[in-house]
Amino acid sequence: MNTSAFEPWNDPEAKPLIHFQNVTKRYGEFTAIDNLTIDIYEREFYALLGPSGCGKTTLMRMLAGFETPTEGTIHLAGQDIAPVPPNKRAVNMMFQSYALFPHLSVWENIAFGLKREKMPKHDIGDRVEEMLRLTRLEKFARRKPHQISGGQRQRVALARSLAKHPKLLLLDEPLGALDKKLRQETQFELMDIQEKTGTTFVIVTHDQEEAMTVASRVAVMDHGKIIQVATPDRIYETPNSVYVADFIGDVNLIEGTAKPNGSDVYAMSWHEGHAPLAVQSPNGFSDGQKCHLAIRPEKVSISADKPETADNAVQGKILDIAYLGNISTYHVELPTGAVIKAQAANTRRIARRAFTWEDTVWLSWTATAGVLLAE
Amino acid sequence: MNRMSWFNAVSLTLGFAFLYIPMVILVIFSFNESKLVTVWAGFSTKWYGELLQNDAFLNAAWVTLKVAVFSSTLATVLGTIAAYVLVRGGRFMGRTLFSGMIYAPLVMPEVITGLSLLLLFIGIGLDRGVFTIVLAHTTFSMCYVSVVVSSRLVTFDRSLEEAALDLGCSASEAFRLVTLPIIAPAVISGWLLAFTLSLDDLVIASFTSGPSATTLPIKIFSAVRLGVSPEINALSTIMISIVTVGVITASLVTKHQVAKQKREEMEAVRS
Repeated sequence: MNTSAFEPWNDPEAKPLIHFQNVTKRYGEFTAIDNLTIDIYEREFYALLGPSGCGKTTLMRMLAGFETPTEGTIHLAGQDIAPVPPNKRAVNMMFQSYALFPHLSVWENIAFGLKREKMPKHDIGDRVEEMLRLTRLEKFARRKPHQISGGQRQRVALARSLAKHPKLLLLDEPLGALDKKLRQETQFELMDIQEKTGTTFVIVTHDQEEAMTVASRVAVMDHGKIIQVATPDRIYETPNSVYVADFIGDVNLIEGTAKPNGSDVYAMSWHEGHAPLAVQSPNGFSDGQKCHLAIRPEKVSISADKPETADNAVQGKILDIAYLGNISTYHVELPTGAVIKAQAANTRRIARRAFTWEDTVWLSWTATAGVLLAE
Repeated sequence: MNRMSWFNAVSLTLGFAFLYIPMVILVIFSFNESKLVTVWAGFSTKWYGELLQNDAFLNAAWVTLKVAVFSSTLATVLGTIAAYVLVRGGRFMGRTLFSGMIYAPLVMPEVITGLSLLLLFIGIGLDRGVFTIVLAHTTFSMCYVSVVVSSRLVTFDRSLEEAALDLGCSASEAFRLVTLPIIAPAVISGWLLAFTLSLDDLVIASFTSGPSATTLPIKIFSAVRLGVSPEINALSTIMISIVTVGVITASLVTKHQVAKQKREEMEAVRS
C-alpha cells in the first residue's frame, strides 16, 4: 500500500477529529438530521453535498454551536461539545453571505476574533499581516468591506475565520456568490490554503463539481441521512445507489433483472428480444433480482458499424446532439424507446463530424464500464 | 428632463401654498414694527430683542430642551431594547400581545395618555415638574423609537451576529461591538424623532407639568389665549429656522454619504 497517500479513514488506528454518534435533529415534526454517524479526520477537506433541505447546513451549524442535537453526541478531538457555546469552540465558520462587519476595515475584521482572545497588541498585528499575505489582501487592509470586490470579500471572510487557528474551519457555500471563472480559481486557492495551514475544512455545497474538485472525501446527503461517503473518484466511479449515481454527474440508468454468470459477473436481461448485458459488479445480486445498470455517458462509445469485440452493443437512432465545444453528447433512442446518452470528444472540426440527426448508430461499452445497483 | 405639464405645475403650486403660506405670513409679521399683529407698519427686529429679555419664555425654552434631551435619550434606550427583544427574542409566551402593546400608544389619543399619567402621578404622590414631563414623554415616544429600530433590525443580516459569536464574542459583546454600530443610524433617527415629538408636545405636557416647570408649547399656548403678540411670531420664526437648518443639514449629509458610498463601490468593482 502507498503509505504517502492521505487516507486516515482507511487506518483503523487513526482517531477522528470529529465524531458524530447517532445524531438526530428535529424541528417539531420535521427531522432535519436522521440518526447520523460520521467521522471526520484531521487535515481532511470534507465536503457535505446534497440538494437544498437535505440537512447539510444543519449539520454544519451543529458543529459551529448554533444548533444542538436533539439526540446523540458530537465529539471534537475527543471532547463532547454539546455544552460548549459557539464563542468557546475552537471552530470557526465562514458564512455564505461572508458576514463581514461593514463598519470595520478589512484589517479590523481579521483582527476581530484575535482581540476577543485578549492577544497582545503586536501579536495581533503580526497575525493579521500573516493572514493578509496568505490571502493576498495586503493592499486592501485599510478598506471597508463595501470598498472591495466580491472575490476580495470572500478572501477577507476566509482570512478572518482562519486567523484564530481553529481546529476546524466550516465553510458554508463559500463560493456561491462568485461567478464561474472566479469560483474555479478560488477553489484551487482554497485547497492551497488548506494545505498550507493544515486546518481541517468542512465545506457545505450543492455544487458537485466544487465538491469533487476540493474535497478529500465527499459525503452525499439526502433527507437528513448520509447516503455515501467516499473519495471523489469512488463517488463517481462506484456510487452505492441510484440516488448518488444520478446526483453526481450525468448517468444512464437501465433497469433489468440480474442473472449471476460466474464470479462477480452478471448477465442483465433488460428488454425482451435484446441480448442480456454483461456487467461486472462487486455488489452481490441473486438470480432474478431487479437492478439498475448505471453507466456514465463518456464510457459509452458511438460508432457507425457494429464493433466486433465489445461486451455490449446496442443499435439506435440519434435523437439529439448537444454540442459543448470540446465534447458532444449524443442522445440515442433505442428501439425499446429508452434514450442512452453517449459522449465523444470532438477531435475533428464540426463540419467533418461523422454523425448527424436521425443517423442509425451502434453504442457499445465494456463489462466493467458500468456498475450494477440495487433499487 | 421632461418639461412639467401645466396640471402638475398647478397642483404643485397649490400644494406648497397650502403648506407654507401660513408659515410665511408668520415669518413676515415677526418683523413687523407694529404691536398689532395683523397690521403692517414697517420692518423691525425689535420683537427679537424683546424676546431675549423675556425670562419666562427663555425659562420655558430651557425646560423644553432639558425635557426633550432626557426623555428622548431614555426613550431610545428603552425603545431599542424593546425592539431587539421583539425581533430577536424568538418565540416566547405573549409575544404577539407584547408587540401589540408596544405599538398601542401610537394610536392612543394623547388626551387619554395624558390623563392616565396624571392620575398615576397623583396616585403615587409624585410632585409634578420636569421629572414627570420627562417620564410622560419617554412613555409615548419610546414606541416610536421601537418602531424605527425594529424595522431596521428586521432587515439586519443575522449571520453578522452569529459571526461575532463564532469569533469569540459573548452575546452582550456581539450586541455592543457589531449590532449596535450597524443599527446606529436607525437608533439616531429614533432619537431625533423622540426629540422632535417631545419638543412640540402640548397635550401630554400640559397634563403632567406643574407650576415649577412650563414647557415652551404650553407657554406659547397660554400666551396666545391672551392675544397673539409679535414676540410669539419672533419665537416661532426662530423655531422654524432651527428646524429648517436641521433638516437641510441632515439631508445634505445623507446625500453626501450615499454619493461617497456609491463612488467607493464603483471603484471596488473596477479594481
